[in-house]
Amino acid sequence: MERLAQIIPFIPLAGFLLIGLSAGTLSKKASAWIASGAILLAFFFTVPLFFHIQQTQLAIEVKLFDWIKTGPFDAGVAFLVDELSVLFMLVITGIGFLIHLFSVGYMKDDPGFRRYLSFLNFFIFFMLLLVMGNNLLVTFIGWEGVGLCSFMLIGFWYKEHANNEAAKKAFVMNRIGDLGFLIGIFIIYQYFGTLDFTKFLNVDAITASGISAGMITVLTISLFIGATGKSAQIPLFTWLPDAMAGPTPVSALIHAATMVTAGIYLVARTNILFSMSPDTLQVVIWIGIATSLIASVIGIYQNDIKKVLAYSTVSQLGLMFVALGLGAYTAAVFHVITHAVFKALLFLGSGSVIHAMSGEQDIRKMGGLSKVLPVTHITFLIGTLAIAGIPPLAGFFSKDEILAAAFEGKIVVWVLAVAVSLMTAFYMFRLYFLTFKGKFRGSESQAAHLHESPLNMSVPLIILAGLSIVAGWIGFPHALGKELGIDHGLAHFLQPVLGGHESHLSLSTELGMMGLITGLVILVIWICYNRFVKNAYVPASDENTAESGFSGWAGKKFYVDELYDKIFLRPFNRIGLLFDQFIEHKLIDGIVRGIGQSVSWSGGKIRFIQTGNVGFYLLVFVLALVLMLILISL
Amino acid sequence: MEIIPGITINHYLIVSSILFSIGALGVMIRRNAIIMFMCIELMLNAVNLLLVAFSKQWSDTSAQVLVFFIMAVAAAEVAVGLAILMMIYRNARTTDTEVLNKLKW
Amino acid sequence: MSPSTYVFWFLTFVAIISALNVVLTKNAVYSVLSLIVTFFAIAGHYFLMNAQFLGIVHIMVYAGAIMVLFLYVIMMLNLNETFETNKDTFFHIAAVVSAGLLMVTMIGAFAKTDIQMQAMADNSNIGYLEELGKVLFNEFLLPFEIASVLLLAAMVGAVYLSKKEIKD
Repeated sequence: MERLAQIIPFIPLAGFLLIGLSAGTLSKKASAWIASGAILLAFFFTVPLFFHIQQTQLAIEVKLFDWIKTGPFDAGVAFLVDELSVLFMLVITGIGFLIHLFSVGYMKDDPGFRRYLSFLNFFIFFMLLLVMGNNLLVTFIGWEGVGLCSFMLIGFWYKEHANNEAAKKAFVMNRIGDLGFLIGIFIIYQYFGTLDFTKFLNVDAITASGISAGMITVLTISLFIGATGKSAQIPLFTWLPDAMAGPTPVSALIHAATMVTAGIYLVARTNILFSMSPDTLQVVIWIGIATSLIASVIGIYQNDIKKVLAYSTVSQLGLMFVALGLGAYTAAVFHVITHAVFKALLFLGSGSVIHAMSGEQDIRKMGGLSKVLPVTHITFLIGTLAIAGIPPLAGFFSKDEILAAAFEGKIVVWVLAVAVSLMTAFYMFRLYFLTFKGKFRGSESQAAHLHESPLNMSVPLIILAGLSIVAGWIGFPHALGKELGIDHGLAHFLQPVLGGHESHLSLSTELGMMGLITGLVILVIWICYNRFVKNAYVPASDENTAESGFSGWAGKKFYVDELYDKIFLRPFNRIGLLFDQFIEHKLIDGIVRGIGQSVSWSGGKIRFIQTGNVGFYLLVFVLALVLMLILISL
Repeated sequence: MEIIPGITINHYLIVSSILFSIGALGVMIRRNAIIMFMCIELMLNAVNLLLVAFSKQWSDTSAQVLVFFIMAVAAAEVAVGLAILMMIYRNARTTDTEVLNKLKW
Repeated sequence: MSPSTYVFWFLTFVAIISALNVVLTKNAVYSVLSLIVTFFAIAGHYFLMNAQFLGIVHIMVYAGAIMVLFLYVIMMLNLNETFETNKDTFFHIAAVVSAGLLMVTMIGAFAKTDIQMQAMADNSNIGYLEELGKVLFNEFLLPFEIASVLLLAAMVGAVYLSKKEIKD
């Protein structure tokens, strides 16, 4: 088992090196087989690991080699495979494989096909490193690595300037978060003297370290800032919608299913620290719910199929943070898993649509696609139902668990979270109806080109759709489950890492809540149907959106980017200009030039010592020798 | 331990130092390149003398072999050095180092 | 005081006085002659220290070959005492002072150095040709051969350098 854990991350790395270093000598087919095969192999290696851990309930620790060993500081390249990380590994390799498979079909005509596949493999390697690391340093390497891969893949079509801008934005925003993460690492090292998860993540170590409550708050806030960067929360969320510039399978893999959940993973991993700081938990809750609300509102007014899904991702991530803040870590991880499944499905479905529409992403130009894209239509519908929270699909169970935790914790948060899930249902069905129902609104040439995706693209969709239906059953609601004799499998499994979080709601409350929310969601879907199918309402095109008021604001994403531009960019540019003119040109250049000039000047004077007279040279030589002898003798 | 009756290594250290310093003084104050060359030979011999004294002190033949080699090298050096001085004189009509001071700023 | 002690002091006195004469005399030929005297005194020291072979070689090489070469060159260049003008006095004083300093510090440094005074097995024969030859042709055979190459190279170099330039 330890041997398995050792090699899993290196299989994708080998795939990356093989495809990347072959420099295009491999055929497209061969590189596709290698890339997908590597992830599938990693998945097959992870499955026995999962069952092993489920049976023994013991975490596997493997140390590959010493890395940095100076004095008391000892950080090796070591892996920790416990219940939490093995779940993430399953999601990463499993969904990663399906997305690889889809990519092969989606990208097959792209000239950068091999580069694309090698980057994807590279990403999987770093993501596995992130979740498998046994100390914060290895996790940080993975953290930075996925950021790098994200950067490379967002800017994959680098000939478009906008894509490069989006990649840069994602990278810089992530950097801001990374600084928080780094500060957190420093604080942990300062107080615990180690970065190994197994050494500082227990109550004994925390009491022994003598860290104050205030310091824990600072520490957890730092870690949380890191998480907001990676997981696109306020204030660092604006990069994620822009990141949709990359190929659609990349959005599915990196910007929906895996990388953006790294923040959730980090908080869940260090849940002991977070639980000790109520202040931080409050911050997490409110940031989560605020992000969730804003993103859903913006999502309602978006007309780009991928932007809608992107804002939906941001909003769902916000809900996960709400769960984390409420101490319902299991619910958060549960939602990560179900969300990974159905959001990957939705993104791949949208990829299939975009593929059929020859690159068109505007939903105002789609419509009526259900007839020509039957497989995509059915699977997309399943995904939409799953995210909207219709029982018994995946999203229902995980969202219900978060809502239940909110209901127990803070009623205000519950109300807001319910609002978020209703809005989720609204914008998702708006997207679905505008895309698949009604009349086709695209151009003639697009209509002629419409086609269902090939088998290797539809098979992943079908598998993911099946998963979207069943994935929720791993975490059956507590009260109902107790009544029916069904265990909450996930909570039971994760108990050693995340601790137990028993819901104390009575059966009637739980059922009533489920009924209420399901009813409301169905109501919202009905409204949507009326508006977009019966009345065939289509949002106005960009040219005549002189829309003022709220919808205009929301359509422009609440001017967050512009606000950041005003608050941060302009002043920084000003300061930069100031520094450029005064510090750089006057001070630093002055010093540099001054050094050069003084050397030149003194050289001009001192060179007269070189008289050309041998006797004089010897005189100096002898005096220097005398001086040296005296110095030695002293 | 005495090297020769009544004389220790310290005496030789002092004699060698004096001879060496005189040689250095000669190189410093004389202007004629040939005399300077001779003074360098004097310095070399001061060192040789000390080497032989040490050889006697420790009953070690290696030092004397070294002196032997130094003599061989000195002979070669003088042969080439004087040839160079001849060349210089032929071209510059002088061996005065005050005049031969082109190698400067 | 034993006779050899008197001899030591006499040879030392001669060596230092003649060395000073080498430096201070104006006439280049006197300089050379004084240097020959110095070398003879040093050779005397060698004999005193029972290094007969080196003493003989020293007289042959230095007094016999090198100094003759010097004299020959001086004759060729026709140098005389009027050739050399005085350097400025300040420089003279500085040179004398620094040479004195050099001597003082060297002696001081030697005095501070802890020279081990215990003797090895006393072998008074080491200066003899037989002993020296054994070492020279066993341990130092390769350097000896290389020295011959060096002398050959020096000879070729000297001949080449002093040859009259062919005007073309």
